[in-house]
Amino acid sequence: MLTVSHISKTYGTGEQATQAIADVSFEVGREEFVCIVGPSGCGKTTLLRIMSGLLSASGGSVELEGGAVAAPPERMALVFQDYSRSLFPWMTVAANVDFPLRRKAIAKGDRRQAVEEALASVGLEGFGARYPWQLSGGMQQRVAIARGLAYRPEILLMDEPFASVDAQTRADLEDLVLRLRHDYGVTIVFVTHDIDESVYLADRVVILSSRPTIVQETLDVPLPRPRDQVTTKELAEFAQLRAHVYRAIKRPDRDQLDQVPATR
Amino acid sequence: MSRRALLVTVEIATPLAVLAIIWIWTAGAESYYFPPLADVLSAFGDTWVFERFTSDVVPSVSRLAAGYALAVVLGMSLGVVLGQQRTLRRMATPVIEFLRAIPPPALVPFAILVFGVENDAKIFLIAIGCVFPILLNTIDGVAGVEPTLLDTTRVYRIGRLDRLRYVVLPAAAPQIFAGMRTSLSLSLILMVISEMVASTNGIGYFILQSQRSFAITEMWSGILLLGLLGYLFNAIFTLVERRILAWHRGARAGAG
Repeated sequence: MLTVSHISKTYGTGEQATQAIADVSFEVGREEFVCIVGPSGCGKTTLLRIMSGLLSASGGSVELEGGAVAAPPERMALVFQDYSRSLFPWMTVAANVDFPLRRKAIAKGDRRQAVEEALASVGLEGFGARYPWQLSGGMQQRVAIARGLAYRPEILLMDEPFASVDAQTRADLEDLVLRLRHDYGVTIVFVTHDIDESVYLADRVVILSSRPTIVQETLDVPLPRPRDQVTTKELAEFAQLRAHVYRAIKRPDRDQLDQVPATR
Repeated sequence: MSRRALLVTVEIATPLAVLAIIWIWTAGAESYYFPPLADVLSAFGDTWVFERFTSDVVPSVSRLAAGYALAVVLGMSLGVVLGQQRTLRRMATPVIEFLRAIPPPALVPFAILVFGVENDAKIFLIAIGCVFPILLNTIDGVAGVEPTLLDTTRVYRIGRLDRLRYVVLPAAAPQIFAGMRTSLSLSLILMVISEMVASTNGIGYFILQSQRSFAITEMWSGILLLGLLGYLFNAIFTLVERRILAWHRGARAGAG
């Protein structure tokens, strides 16, 4: 469905040029759940911005169903990491979810229904008239997810969406996303720096190296579904996969450390 | 008595106490420059309720309203354009900074030359003086819209006009209102100044004429009226601002 081929990104020119992404290629199949995981500062967000058409790559291409992605496609939605910056504080929760639907040719009544459905699906029925800043962080991110879903995308990109909520809320939201993926049949690309999270959620994990970024490894996650915070994480296979990803991420760091002169 | 009730009482009592002190002090002073407050108040009643209301207050306030409205429309539209176009902004900034540095009263002779002694010159002066705080604040506000909000509008393919109306302007509104508040007090000052030169009516004209005809009590009644008008305009402004920016106060309280 989504093909990322030989993406590179260089910031600046001449001597000051820094290469953020060297060469990244992978594919995402229809209704697949792919997690992108990598060390801090490895350009995960940059990659996601390129995939969504918000940022242009220095080289390579992104294709969605065969069409090149140059600007955000209509079939795609994106949930940002920082919900407090991506929700409109002057709009109610319902208006936030409704706003992207203005452009779609949907009758007003249908739009209201779509908004109510999306809010209900994330467990926020009855909160439509509130403002985002009246809700907790976890609830705000639910609003952002509801907004993405109401837009009815075929592919949903998520950029470290649960990085700034507490552990319990995070587990709840992870299960919410898994359930919604099942209910809506949406393809999901999920960027995270949390190894447990990536293995718990994904069908496949794309492991990135540190800068300049390449794909270190692509790992299938054959864990049974539906997944469960307790029983899935108890499986020996989960522990093995987790350890595998962990080593893959840590390895290049150690290599780099060896190259650093002893005086530093 | 609760703390809040106490504060409200103090808030009301203090101006009354100040009035009482001035009343007592001026009553027996027999000063030519500071006539008894009782006389000033009675002159106020005789003059403004409603003897000279249509002849002076209405022209003054309509000039102020026209000049201020012009400044709001001009400042906001230019500010939105410059706030969104970095190159244009860099080109325009030195020019704006220069024009802003010119004290608007210096333009009175020019305004009279071009627009004559009627309303237009006065409206021009008020508008030119009020436009800069609104313009600069709009530029700042529009240029400083949270990038993630703009990314969000791009992801959801929001059109240009919708983005401006529902995202950029609301996001910049707190700053735009700050500029409009500064301009509001400027507008009153410039209204008075414009009416003191080559004018035939208005509150500023009345104050100057009263002084020239040694009607010091009437002069003070005009000054008193200006103070009251300024207070009233500010109160109305605050009411509107609170309504429109209710989300902003809520969001800030929520974050804090």
